Amino acid sequence: MSVLVVLEQRGGKWNRMSFEVLAAGKKMADAVGVAVEAAVTGGGIAALAAEAAQYGVAKVYAIDNQLLSDYTPDAYTTALEQLIKAKQPKYVLFPHTYQVRDFAPKLATRFGRPLVSDVVDVKTEGSKADFVRQLFQGKLNADVNVAGEPQFASLQAGAFRAEEPQGGSAPVEQFAVTLDASQIRSKPEAPFREAQRSVDLGAADLIVSVGRGIKEKDNLPVVEALAEALGAELAASRPICDNGWLPMERQVGSSGQTVAPKVYFAVGISGAIQHLVGMKGSKTVVAINKDENAPIFETADYGVVGDLFEVVPALVEEIKKAKA
Amino acid sequence: MKIIVSVKQVPARDSALKVNSSGKWLDESDLTYEMNEPDAYALEEALQLKEKLGGEVVVLCLGPQRAAPTIREALAKGADRAIHVEMGEGVVLDALATAGLLANAIAPEAPDFILTGLQSDDLGYGQTGVVLAELLGYAHATIVMEVEPQGNAVRVKRELEDGWFQNVTLPLPVLLTIQSGIKKLRYATLMGIKKAKTKEVKTISAAQLGAGASSATNLEHVYLPQRSKQSQILTGDPKQVAKQLVEKLKFEARVI
Repeated sequence: MSVLVVLEQRGGKWNRMSFEVLAAGKKMADAVGVAVEAAVTGGGIAALAAEAAQYGVAKVYAIDNQLLSDYTPDAYTTALEQLIKAKQPKYVLFPHTYQVRDFAPKLATRFGRPLVSDVVDVKTEGSKADFVRQLFQGKLNADVNVAGEPQFASLQAGAFRAEEPQGGSAPVEQFAVTLDASQIRSKPEAPFREAQRSVDLGAADLIVSVGRGIKEKDNLPVVEALAEALGAELAASRPICDNGWLPMERQVGSSGQTVAPKVYFAVGISGAIQHLVGMKGSKTVVAINKDENAPIFETADYGVVGDLFEVVPALVEEIKKAKA
Repeated sequence: MKIIVSVKQVPARDSALKVNSSGKWLDESDLTYEMNEPDAYALEEALQLKEKLGGEVVVLCLGPQRAAPTIREALAKGADRAIHVEMGEGVVLDALATAGLLANAIAPEAPDFILTGLQSDDLGYGQTGVVLAELLGYAHATIVMEVEPQGNAVRVKRELEDGWFQNVTLPLPVLLTIQSGIKKLRYATLMGIKKAKTKEVKTISAAQLGAGASSATNLEHVYLPQRSKQSQILTGDPKQVAKQLVEKLKFEARVI
């Protein structure tokens, strides 16, 4: 009985979200009175497993197998299925990464269990734990609990402050799995990046970012004028880039760039979690949106509930006056 | 090739959402509904696959009676026929229970391809496709940007994080969850709308499909999120608001 945290690595490098999940795992383990353990999967991961053992866990399971070197949902699911069957954890927690989204639902299904995905917080009360997740693109929250065990959950980036190494060293158990190449149906090729980015939004001090609220491409000059008046870079949420209104390299969010400017202007952006994870490092956030319940207002320092087509031009005028 | 595309009907994007008196779900009385946007992209990909490979596109939808217009919309855009797994109003199933019902409906069809959107805009579990693949024993790939059929296999371009991509080859039959925004969505033509009226919609009740009609995931409490930051909401007419904001940018954020 434990809280098992499945850490993620690719090519020998950690996905840092893993250590945020470890923090959540500790909170839950303390509440329900069990130990927290970690699992590392891959090929040639001895060094990573030893590193994980310094994070204040009771034990690390190293599933080291050449068939896990390249991620495939079939191999990862089968390997972790064997570990979970053998160790019978009470909770199995994952970082909510693209890779986890690809295999964790499959793994939970092997146990006939649901996966509570995209969790943003954990509420513990006595020995009971509720997961908090978002509904309707962040417009509503839900406290969710699941009957039975093991419970599977994946945690969104930024939900917990990442755990730091605490020195000491937990035992590392080599967990051998039975895997055969014939069980792996997908043949992955090497990951690649498309053409080099010419815009580095990560370095920008000021960013004006535009979302669905702009309605059509022809309205873009409204926000371009604001970016120009401020001397800011122009960015966008995913739908704007999907529509081809701005190039993909200007997209902020989990599938685009991660930014941390002094001021981030979110104009007509509702604030789906996929966007928020890309900009929540901003020092100051200004949100302009007509929907007062838009989740972007939760992360905004200054909010304006109003029509961007009226507010933005007025703002441009005032900025010009202030700078004159 | 037989291609099944699974679509969901969800509250329209701009809906004002109100929690109902039980505090466990929405007040659905004033809502309008539309096709889940990610599923519209899965449908588009399915129609383009059929144009390339021939065969048929079957729309599968789990939802109450009110989902009928969403199914007709898919037929009007070019799907050949539909299966409506009908369930009661206000029933909220988790991804495992949903996929269980869909799997039972799909099994007798034995499709070569199953396509879904990558997530729903309402519950947003982002899992139904993957669970469905596991229940049916299909290989799968998620967050697919491009689909390149190769005889008994398919090569897909998957999106990874931070601008990375990966090509993966999988054997048929296969389930793919399609990334939104990769292709332009078609509109239904007048001819398409007319034809849709005569296309077959097979209705099966969820109860008939048995297993999975209830879920282990319990929505204990649904509520508006609390503001984690102390946000200042500026009020007034646009000019007044703009003045206040410039003050803040000048003296608090110090960027002007």
